[in-house]
Amino acid sequence: MISASSISVFLPVLLPLLGGIILLLSRFVGTKIQQKISMALLIILVATTINSLQSAIQNGVQVYELGNWVAPFGIVLVLDGLSAMMLLATSLLAIAALWYAISSKIDIKGAGFHALFQFQLFGLNGAFLTGDLFNLFVFFEILLIASYGLLVHGGGKERTRAGLQFVVINLIGSAIFLFAVGGLYGMLGTLNIADLSVKAAEISSVDRGLVMAAGFLLLVVFGVKSAMFPLYLWLPKAYSEASAPVAALFAIMTKVGIYSIIRVHGTIFGDSFGEYGFFYMPILLVLGMVTLVMGALGVAASKRLGEQVSYLVLVSVSILLIGLGINTEESLSATLYYMLHSIIMPGAFFLLVHMISIGRGEQKDIFVQGVSMQGKILLGSTFMVCAVALTGMPPFSGFIGKFLILSSALGSDLFWWVLSVVLITGLIIIISLARSGSLIFYNVKDIESSSPVTMNIKAYLSIVFLLSLIIALVIFAGNVVEFTDMVSSQIYNSSGYIDAVLGTDTLKGVRQ
Amino acid sequence: MDIMLFSLPIVVLLPFFGAIVVALASIANRIYAAWSAIGITVLSIACLSPLAARVFDGETIIQSWAWIERAGLFFAFRLDGLSMFFALLILGIGFLVILYGRYYLSSKDHMGRFFAYILMFMGSMLGVVLSENVILLVIFWELTSLTSFLLISFWQHKNEAREGARMSLGVTAAGGLALLGGVLILGHIVGSYELSEILKSGDIVREHPLYLTTLILILIGAFAKSAQFPFHFWLPHAMAAPTPVSAYLHSATMVKAGIFLLARLFPVLSGTQEWLWIVGGIGMTTLLIGAYTAMFKTDLKGLLAYSTVSHLGLITALLGFGSKLAVVAALFHIMNHAAFKAALFMIAGAVDHETGTRDTRKLGGLIKYMPITAILAFITSAAMAGVPMLNGFLSKEMFLTESLAVSEGLLWASIVPILATIGSILAVAYSIKFVKEVFLGEASKDIPKIPHETPYGMLVPIGIFATICIAVGLFPAFMVGDLLGIVVASSLQATLPKYELALWHGVNLPLMMSMTALIVGAVVYASRTRLYRLHQRYIESINAKQYYDMLIDELFALSIYISRKFDKGSLQHASVWVIVSSIALGTIGFCMIEAPLIGDRSMLDLDLVTLLMGVGLIFVSLIMIVIHRQRIVSLVVVGFVGLAISLGFVKFSAPDLALTQLSVEIVTIILLLLALYFIPKNTPIEHNKKRIYRDIFISLLSGAGITAFTMAILTRDFSSISNFFLEQSVPGGGGTNVVNVILVDFRGFDTLGEISVLAIAGLGIFAMLKGMRLPEYTKNCSGLSWSDDPHPMIMSTLSRVLFPLMLMFAVFIFMRGHNLPGGGFIAGLIASIAITVQYLANGISWTQARLKANMHMMIGFGLLIATLAGIGSMFVGYPFLTSTVGHFDLPIVGNIHVASAIAFDLGVFLVVVGVTLMILVGIGKLGAVAESKSLDNKEIEEGA
Repeated sequence: MISASSISVFLPVLLPLLGGIILLLSRFVGTKIQQKISMALLIILVATTINSLQSAIQNGVQVYELGNWVAPFGIVLVLDGLSAMMLLATSLLAIAALWYAISSKIDIKGAGFHALFQFQLFGLNGAFLTGDLFNLFVFFEILLIASYGLLVHGGGKERTRAGLQFVVINLIGSAIFLFAVGGLYGMLGTLNIADLSVKAAEISSVDRGLVMAAGFLLLVVFGVKSAMFPLYLWLPKAYSEASAPVAALFAIMTKVGIYSIIRVHGTIFGDSFGEYGFFYMPILLVLGMVTLVMGALGVAASKRLGEQVSYLVLVSVSILLIGLGINTEESLSATLYYMLHSIIMPGAFFLLVHMISIGRGEQKDIFVQGVSMQGKILLGSTFMVCAVALTGMPPFSGFIGKFLILSSALGSDLFWWVLSVVLITGLIIIISLARSGSLIFYNVKDIESSSPVTMNIKAYLSIVFLLSLIIALVIFAGNVVEFTDMVSSQIYNSSGYIDAVLGTDTLKGVRQ
Repeated sequence: MDIMLFSLPIVVLLPFFGAIVVALASIANRIYAAWSAIGITVLSIACLSPLAARVFDGETIIQSWAWIERAGLFFAFRLDGLSMFFALLILGIGFLVILYGRYYLSSKDHMGRFFAYILMFMGSMLGVVLSENVILLVIFWELTSLTSFLLISFWQHKNEAREGARMSLGVTAAGGLALLGGVLILGHIVGSYELSEILKSGDIVREHPLYLTTLILILIGAFAKSAQFPFHFWLPHAMAAPTPVSAYLHSATMVKAGIFLLARLFPVLSGTQEWLWIVGGIGMTTLLIGAYTAMFKTDLKGLLAYSTVSHLGLITALLGFGSKLAVVAALFHIMNHAAFKAALFMIAGAVDHETGTRDTRKLGGLIKYMPITAILAFITSAAMAGVPMLNGFLSKEMFLTESLAVSEGLLWASIVPILATIGSILAVAYSIKFVKEVFLGEASKDIPKIPHETPYGMLVPIGIFATICIAVGLFPAFMVGDLLGIVVASSLQATLPKYELALWHGVNLPLMMSMTALIVGAVVYASRTRLYRLHQRYIESINAKQYYDMLIDELFALSIYISRKFDKGSLQHASVWVIVSSIALGTIGFCMIEAPLIGDRSMLDLDLVTLLMGVGLIFVSLIMIVIHRQRIVSLVVVGFVGLAISLGFVKFSAPDLALTQLSVEIVTIILLLLALYFIPKNTPIEHNKKRIYRDIFISLLSGAGITAFTMAILTRDFSSISNFFLEQSVPGGGGTNVVNVILVDFRGFDTLGEISVLAIAGLGIFAMLKGMRLPEYTKNCSGLSWSDDPHPMIMSTLSRVLFPLMLMFAVFIFMRGHNLPGGGFIAGLIASIAITVQYLANGISWTQARLKANMHMMIGFGLLIATLAGIGSMFVGYPFLTSTVGHFDLPIVGNIHVASAIAFDLGVFLVVVGVTLMILVGIGKLGAVAESKSLDNKEIEEGA
C-alpha cells in the first residue's frame, strides 16, 4: 500500500529521523551495536538516495503531500534532479565520514554521536526536499542544532569557543530568516516556494521593493550558511576545530546555502519575476569573486593544514557563487558539477589532515618542521592527489569543474574579471599548497618519531572511497554533465516545478 | 576489435599504468624497477611504431572519444609528423635516460619512486604532444608541471631541491593557468577545441579583436615552460634534480613543450607583426642572456642549464621570424639540441658520479682518468659550439641564414644577425670552457673521489647520442631528411618550402659568421679573466631567484595581513558584518524600486493598553542597556519582554500562543538562572568608546530598518492562505482550535521538526555537560556558595500536594488541545514546571530518587510516538501525518472527540517534558555534589 513516492521522496527524510530515534533509544545497548546500527542505516540511506535519483531522472518532479494537504496549504516535499543529486552526494559523504569516525574511534569521544549524526542527516535531507519556505527554516534549525552538537563533540576549549561563534552567528541568521519569511508572508500571503513564485510574479510595482528586500534578507541568510563574503567569518575556526569526520561532513553544510539560493531565489526571483528577475545575481557574482580572493589569501596565510583546508572550502564555495552569478543554464550546470566535486573533495581532505596530524604526533598539522611519519609515502601521495584535486589542477574534477565554469563565462560581461580572479587565486593556492606539502612531507628532521603511530589503514579506506568517487566524477564527466544539464534546465524552466507542486490536485486542498 | 583504433591513448596511458607496475616491481627488487620501466617504454614505442608508416605517407591520424561533448572536451589524440617526432623524442630519450639512471642512482635512492615518477612524466609529456583537443593538451601540460615537481624534489632532504621544485612549479603552473585562459578564448573564437578545426582557422583568429590577448596568454604559457625570458630563472634552480631528470626534462623534453606549442599553433598565431616582435624579440633576448650567463657558471649543470636556456631562445627566435624556412631551421635545431644536450647532461652527471663534484674550479685533467667520456664530451660540446661536421653546425648555419633573411631590406634590423653572431660567439666560449676546465689542463687534487672511467651502462646512452651528432652532421639528408620533411609539413600545415640539408653550401655570409664565431669565441674564452672581473662587479649580483623569493614572501605577508585584518576570530566583529550586510542589502532591495514606504491601508486606533505596553517595552529595553552588566538583573528585566508579548497575543485573540509564551518564559528563566550560577555575575566592562558608538549606531540603524520593514508590510493590504485553515480546521482537521490543528495537522511536519530540534538540543546539552568538570562547583566565581539552608518546609510540603494537581491540569490542557486552547506543547511545559517545582522545593537528590524515569528514553519515545503516529497513515495509502477523526465514549469523561493527531501531540508532550528535565538535571547536577555529599553521584548521572 505504501506509494512509490513515499519511498523515493519521503524515505530519505524519514530514515535518518527514525535512525536518530532508534539510536537515541538504544543508548544502553553498547557502542558496538550502535555503530552497527548506524552503519546499516547509512547503507540503506545510500540505497534509498540512489533510488531517489533514479526516480527523479525517470519520473521528473515528484511531490509528496505531508498530511495529505495539497500545496500551498500543507507542507510538501519535492523531489527533482537537484534535490536528488544533493541527497545522494550527502549520503555518500556521510557514509565515508561515519566509517572514519568509527574506525578511528572518534565517535566514542563524547555522548550521542551517532544519534546526532542521523539527526544532522535528517536536517540536510529535509532541507534538500522541502518545498516550503518555513519548513526550510525548521530544517535549518535542525541542521544548526545538530551540527552544533557534532561540532563540540569531543570537547576542548578551542572547539567549544569555535562552536559558540558558529552557533551565535547562525542564530542571527535564523532571526533574519524569520524577518524575511515574515516579510514574504506579509506581502504574498503564502509560504510554499512554488506558490510564492506565482504570487511574486503578480506583485504590483508598489509592493515589489519590499519583496525584493525580503529576497535580499534571504540572500544574507543563505550567504551566512554558504559562507559568502563578508558573512563567512564563522567558518574557518569551526571547520578547523571540529573533529575530522564532523569537518568532513560539514563539507556539505555550506552547500546547503548554495542549494537554497538555487532553489528559493531561482524559483521565486528568477525569470518569472519579470524585469527584475535574477536581480540578486550581479551581487552574487561580485561577492563570489571577493570571497575567492579572501579565501585564497586565507589559504596562503594559514598556520595549520586544517585551517588551510577550511579556507579551501571557502574557495570552493566562492567558485560556486561565481558559477551561479554568471547566470546561464550552462553555467548552472557547470556549477552543479563543481558542487559534487566540492562536496566530496574537502571531505576527503579533512580526513587526511587528521591522519597526518596523528602521524606527526606533537606537531599535529601545524606548519613547523616535524618528524618523519609512518606510511609517509602513502599519505604523501594522497596529499598530492587531494591538493591537486582541490586546487583545481588537472586531471581531477576540480579542473573540469573550473573549466566548465570558465567556458560558460565566456559570454559574460565580467568574463575578464572572472578569468583573472579565478586563475590568479588558483596560482596563489597552488604555491601555498606546494609549500605546505613540502614542509610536512619533505622537510622533516632525520630522527624517527619517539613514539611512532602506525597508520590506521581501516580509517584510510574512507579517503580511498571518496577519492574513487572523484575519479569516477572525472571518467564519467560526460554523463554527469548530461545530468547536470538536465537539472539546470529544470531549474531555469521553473514552471515544471511549479506546476508539479501546485497542480497536483484539482480539488484544491480538500482532503479525500 | 582493431587495436590500431585506440593505440594512441594506449601510448599515452601506458606509462601511467607502468608507473604502478614499476612501484610494485621495486618492492621485490629495486633493479626490477629500472628494467620494468624500460619494458614499458619499449612497449609504448611498439604501440606507436605501426602508425609511423602512415604518418610518413603524410596522413594525420586522429582517434577521438567524447568526454564532455557539450563543452567541447574530447578525449582525442592526434598523430602527425610533428607530434610523432616529439613522441619519438620523448620515448627514445626516455629509454636512454632510464638506462643511464639505472647506473646513476645510488643504493640509497628509492628506485621505484624515481622510475615511477619518470614514467608518469613520460606519459604526461606524450599526452601534451599527442593531444588533438587543446583542453586535453592543457590537462597533460599541467601534469608535466606536477610530475616535474616530484622529480626535481626527488632528493627531498636537500633544501635547494625543495626550493627549486617549488619555484619551477610556481612558474610553470602560472604559465599553465595563462595557457588555459588563452586556449579557452582560442576555442571560443574558433568554436571548437579540436586542433584540426583550430589549425584551419588561422585567418579568423588573426583578425579577431581578441587575437592579441589570446596570443599573449598562450605565449606566457609557452615561455614559462620553455624557460624564456623573463621566466628563464626557474630552470637553473631545477638543476637540483638528479642528473637523469635534468637530461630528460630540462634539456630534451619538458622545456621543449613550450616550443612544441609554438610550432603546433604556428599556422594559427604566426604571420603578424605582434608575433614577430614578441616571439622573435623574446627569443633573441633569451638567447643572449642564456649564453652570456652560461659562460660564467662554475657549476657544470648550471652552465648546461643556461646554455639550454640560450638554445631554447634560439629556437623561439627562429619561430618568431615566421618564415617557412625559419620553421625548418627551428625544428631541425630541436632535434640536434636534444641529441647533444642530453649527452652533455649525462656527461656532467657521469663526472659528478665519478668525482663527487660538478665545480669547474675543482675539476681538471680528467682525460687521464676517463678518456672515453672525454672524447664523447669533445664531440658533443663541439656540436653545441657549432663546429662543422657535426649536427649543431647545420642548424646554426640555418639560424644565421634566417637572421639575415629577417633583416633584409631593413637597416635597423641588421642588428639581428649581429646579435645572432654574438650569441654564437658566446656559445663557442662556454663550450670550450666545458671541455677545457673539466677534461684538459692539470689534474686537480682536491677532488672528493679518485675518478674511474664511467660505467658502460652510462656510457652507452652518451655514445649513442654522440654518434647521432656525427651522423647527422655528416649525412643530414640521409639521416633526418624524411623525418624533418613530415615534421615541418605538419607544423606548417602547408606545402614544404624549398630547402637543402647539406654539409656544404659554399662560401657565403652565414659561413663567414660561423667561422667568426668560432675564432672570436676562442679569443673570448682566452681573455676570460678580465671578463669575469667585470661580470662579478656589475652583473652577478642580479639574482632573479632573490626577486622571486621576495615576491613570494611579500605575497604571504600580504595574505597574512589581509586575512588577519578581516578574520579576527572575534564574534562581535563577525556579527557586525552579518547585521550590517542585512541592513545594506535590505535597503538596496527596497530602493531598487521607487515606491512609498508606507502603504495605503488605514491604521488601527491606538488604545491605552497597547500604548502602555509599547512604552513599557521601550522603557525596559533602555533599562536593559543601562544595567546589562548585571546578568541576573537583566535576565529578570528581559522577562518583561516575554510577558508583554504574551499580552500582545491575548489582545489579538491568540490564547494558545499566549499560554505557550508564558510557560516557555518560565521554563527558560529557571534554566538560565541555573546556568548563570556558573558564570560571573557581571559582564566585563567595555572600554573601547569608539566601538560603543559604532554599536549604538548599528543598533539604531537595524532597529529603524526592522520598524520600517514591518510598518511597510503592515500598512499594505494582506490576503493569504490562512482562510483555508479556518475553513478546513473542523472538516479536515477535526478540531476547532485552529492553532492546534495547524500545529499537529496542517503543519504537523514543522512541529515534528521543532520537537526534533528540542530533542537534539537536549542531547547536545547532555553531551556537553557530561564531560564538563567545572573547577570549583561548591562556589561560583564570586565566591558565593550554594546555600546551605534546608529546603523550606512549607514550600516542600505544599509543592508535594500541588504536584498531582498540576499534572492533572497538564492532562486537561493536553486533552482539550485540539478544540480549545491547549495542546501537547503547552501541556508538556506545564508538566515540566510541575516537576521543576519539585526539584526546587525538595532538591535534586530527593526528587531524583523518586522520579526514576530516564530522560533519554522519554525524549526518544516521544519522538518515536510522534513519528509513528505519522507513519500509521502510510500503511493505508495516505501520506505521512494524515490524520483521521473519531469519537470515543470514555467512562466519567463521556464522549470524546478525538483526532488521530492526538497521538502526535502525545509525542510532543513527552519530548518537551523530557528535554526540559534533562537540561534542568544536567545543570543542576553540576552543583548537586555540594548540596549532598552523601548522595551517590552515579545515581544522579544515570538519571539524566
